[in-house]
Amino acid sequence: MIENPRADELVDAVAKWIDSIRPGLPPRDAFLARVAANVLSVVRRELQLGPQADAAAMERLSALLGETGEVKALNALLCEKLRSGEMDAETPGLIAALKANITDQIAIDQPNYSATGS
Amino acid sequence: MEVDISEGLRALAPKLGCETVSEVQRLSAGASMETWAFVAQGAGGRQEMILRRRPGPFDEEAARSTSLATEAALITAAEKAGAPVAPLVRLCQPEDGLGEAHITARIAGETLGRKIVTDPRFEEIRPRLAGQCGKILAQIHSIPPAGISLKSADALGELDRYESLYRSFGTERPILELAFQHLRKHAPAPMPEVLLHGDFRNGNLIINETQGVAAVLDWELSHLGDPAEDLSWLCVNSWRFGMSSRPVGGFGDYQDLLDGYLEAGGVEIPLSRVRYWQALGSLKWGVMCLLMYSSYATGTTTSVERPMIGRRVSETEIDLVNLLEAGL
Repeated sequence: MIENPRADELVDAVAKWIDSIRPGLPPRDAFLARVAANVLSVVRRELQLGPQADAAAMERLSALLGETGEVKALNALLCEKLRSGEMDAETPGLIAALKANITDQIAIDQPNYSATGS
Repeated sequence: MEVDISEGLRALAPKLGCETVSEVQRLSAGASMETWAFVAQGAGGRQEMILRRRPGPFDEEAARSTSLATEAALITAAEKAGAPVAPLVRLCQPEDGLGEAHITARIAGETLGRKIVTDPRFEEIRPRLAGQCGKILAQIHSIPPAGISLKSADALGELDRYESLYRSFGTERPILELAFQHLRKHAPAPMPEVLLHGDFRNGNLIINETQGVAAVLDWELSHLGDPAEDLSWLCVNSWRFGMSSRPVGGFGDYQDLLDGYLEAGGVEIPLSRVRYWQALGSLKWGVMCLLMYSSYATGTTTSVERPMIGRRVSETEIDLVNLLEAGL
């Protein structure tokens, strides 16, 4: 993989350019430009945090299900067990694993989202 | 057919009790509903008004939302029940040439949730808002539904509807899956249904520094159902705008909301029922975010907003996990 510039640097450069032209845009486009800059922030964080989050999720789901596989397949298997009633909110370790996985996902999607009092 | 809104409003001036109409300005660019602001001037002075109109056709049978005529009836009934609303000025008629539309007064104040929960201007009024919301909901729930065309929804019906939507996306999200199963298993015993606002949350309330809640907006999702649904939608963390430690809209506490509701004649609702519906609210919002993303994924819409909102599903998932972890 090319080291310089890294993918997250490229994404950052575009986000900065969008921010620089935003003040001159009509309101609707200014709003969409802000959304676009946010999209790039998600992409940047996914590039930086995604591989680690994915590996951790795989480990947690494997431990919970006693199976190995990719996160997508493990999530599908877990959903199947939840649908069939084989697993539910009482299943030991289930909520903890889901909470850890979604905490990593939120760090990518919306790091400023406050969920402490929910 | 393109309608000249300024022209239409000017022609309507006598029926609005004014002489001239000016400063016509489009406020929202929503595809299904347009909002316009204008100033009506006459012997009675200067009055700011809002026109809401549906530019396209509307199938009331199939739609989740109500017609603008029903919305007008709801606003009038809510006002009569004592709830703060932007009073109806006119339900437009075919001869008005504005299509399906109604006109209300424009109420001054703030609607942006983030400002309401953080701006120092609202510091003094903020502690009173939860109690006011309880009182207003009791007033709304006291409206006799006879003569207003509304659909019914209960918890299991809502779970069915949103689950089939979720299934249609073909996605596998364990937290949403767990929430569907859990909420289905733990649905509370039904209560007598009441007339609900249907979208009563921070963002649909006009707040001012002196009165607090000055008007309740956006009646189009009104339906008949469980009173706890309205109380809890206001508590969904997605509408707390970062102030998650204040469960009611990011500005207040559960007890103030429930006390306000009870004191104004509402039935006693246990907190557990509110928390149940709050989880159902988060689940519904999560599925709605997936729905908005799917309109991008299938090519129906191309706006950058749509895929981005798909990344808001995780906020509902963390809220659901927290509620489930707390035993709801």
